[in-house]
Amino acid sequence: MQTKDINEDIKWAQINKDVLRSMENPRIGYWIAIAVSLFLLSFAIGAEIYQYNVGMGPANLNWPHMWDLYIATFIFWIGMSHSGTLLSAILHIIQADWRKPIYRFAEAMTTFSLMTAGLFPIIHIGRLWNMYWVLPYFSDRGIWPNFRSPLVWDAFAITTYLTSSALFLFIGMIPDLAICRDNARGWRKQLYTLLSLGWRGDDRQWRNFRRTYMLMACFLIPLAVSVHSIVSSDFAMSIMPGWHVTTFPPYFVAGALYSGCAAIMTLFILLRYFFRFEAYMTMPIMVKTCKLTFAIAMVWTYLNLIEFSSIWYGHDEVAKELLLAKFTGPYSPYFWAMLFFGSVLPFTLAFEKIRNNIPALFVISLLLNVGMWLERWMIVTPTLSLSYHPFAFDVMWPSWVQWFIVLGSFGWFGLLFLVFVKIVPSVSMYEVKEMIFHRRHLANKDIASVMHRRESDRQSGTDAPAPGLEGA
Amino acid sequence: MKKYHLLGLFSNFDEAFTAISDIRHYKIPGVSVDDVTLISPIEHPEIEEILGDRGSHVPKFTLTGALFGCTAGFLFLASAQANFFVQPQGGKPVVPVPTNLVLSYEMLILFGVLSTLVGFLIGAQLLRKRKPLYSENVAIDQVGIEMEVEEKYIEPIKELFRQHQVLEIRDEVVK
Repeated sequence: MQTKDINEDIKWAQINKDVLRSMENPRIGYWIAIAVSLFLLSFAIGAEIYQYNVGMGPANLNWPHMWDLYIATFIFWIGMSHSGTLLSAILHIIQADWRKPIYRFAEAMTTFSLMTAGLFPIIHIGRLWNMYWVLPYFSDRGIWPNFRSPLVWDAFAITTYLTSSALFLFIGMIPDLAICRDNARGWRKQLYTLLSLGWRGDDRQWRNFRRTYMLMACFLIPLAVSVHSIVSSDFAMSIMPGWHVTTFPPYFVAGALYSGCAAIMTLFILLRYFFRFEAYMTMPIMVKTCKLTFAIAMVWTYLNLIEFSSIWYGHDEVAKELLLAKFTGPYSPYFWAMLFFGSVLPFTLAFEKIRNNIPALFVISLLLNVGMWLERWMIVTPTLSLSYHPFAFDVMWPSWVQWFIVLGSFGWFGLLFLVFVKIVPSVSMYEVKEMIFHRRHLANKDIASVMHRRESDRQSGTDAPAPGLEGA
Repeated sequence: MKKYHLLGLFSNFDEAFTAISDIRHYKIPGVSVDDVTLISPIEHPEIEEILGDRGSHVPKFTLTGALFGCTAGFLFLASAQANFFVQPQGGKPVVPVPTNLVLSYEMLILFGVLSTLVGFLIGAQLLRKRKPLYSENVAIDQVGIEMEVEEKYIEPIKELFRQHQVLEIRDEVVK
């Protein structure tokens, strides 16, 4: 069984060859995944055309259930986007180098999840042609954007997050795009020449590149936290029972990181299979991802318990009644399923045998995300079915239109992601080389003493001069 | 006197490192490390031990952009709310400070990120025509030392490179 994150004897030229080959001849599973994505997307397009022509009636969106699957799925996709931030930015800052072979697709997930999430408010408003109303718009035409509303904050926060995460993804790819440029022909050569911005890998470029990447990582972490806190404020700043909860921002952020980690597991397994990346997406890295997922699952479980207990001891009868209804009412099977998939199932990741079993992990990661999607649904819908006034009590089940559009969003995300990994290297070649270089050299103490040390470190007097370099 | 671009390709970083060390120790009088550029497939921060701390202006761009985003974001929102966005507030302040702080925070990050990108493009000298002596091997596993030197130093430098098992040397007249 492999114990190292990566085989340190692998040749650098081989890394280029393996990764570039992945963009040319994936396994047949890749094409099946493309077909499935297109199939799912066609459902959504059909349903959206129908809804566009007929109106929001067929979606079953009516008072008091003005929010339903569209908003729940919007939150789900925003949450999914936190995977890139966690795996790329946070682990980059703490110098966890095992992230290097797998962070690229996690960053891509972030961008494409946001692009998917952004569709839902547009679909939800029904009148697509008025989507620009969500942006701050001059009041001359009687449109009054309410800056006190978290819905307007959403527009600012998500736009900022999408811009920042797309730039973070792009900047991290530049050295690899230069490698693609040097090896491509035809339209790909032109594309990579344009995208690599003239990168040649000199010390000036690397120095600025690293500073830029680190600074962007530092921006992205608080941004990700603020984005999901603001999304949670859509609910928490209302006075609705079940939504007006103090712990909602951290609860949303933890849930986001959780679903992001589970999605990373799913895509890790798929990409490893599609592109024959067994040498890079190794089992020790998967095991670390499983442990991270398990830890975040426990944080999420804890925050659930905090929410339940604060409602229970909060003496708010309506909120308490709603909590009981979640456990025993019409939505209870889904609520219990959420608790099982979200809090009980992760315990399987505590077993080493399961952590090393790819098919089992694939099923578990999918079920974890089913649990996280149910969580979002169970946040939105039960509150609207059992609010303050008895005349507004109403149990509503989503119609086929909503289900089709939700399913189609997975097809849309899948299609974007699959096209991306075919055009752009899904394993970061230069980062894998760095990982191998530093691991090899850190085994040699003499050389290790000068690795990762800048001139400023030397001037600060924290390190002794390296052997043979005293005069340097 | 004619000037030349010179590119020496080495099989590994350690050889290139010692070759630059020799230049640093003035083994070739008249040539200094200021003329040296290291081209490599990965970043080698340790090269600053001999090249010196060449610095980066990206953080200054970042700071400027972030401060601009924060202040201009707040002022723009406040002035807009007080002028063309003015709305019936029902007794609440025309300029909602807590709300604007949230939005200014987002603007801080947005402009911080955008100006970091601009700083990177300028600092790394991207979007320029590439120098002619680029070798595709430095994107694979070789390390290059690039220099711009006068004609009289060409041979001593080539000799120094050969002492450190250089794989290939290319030169071209600076136009």
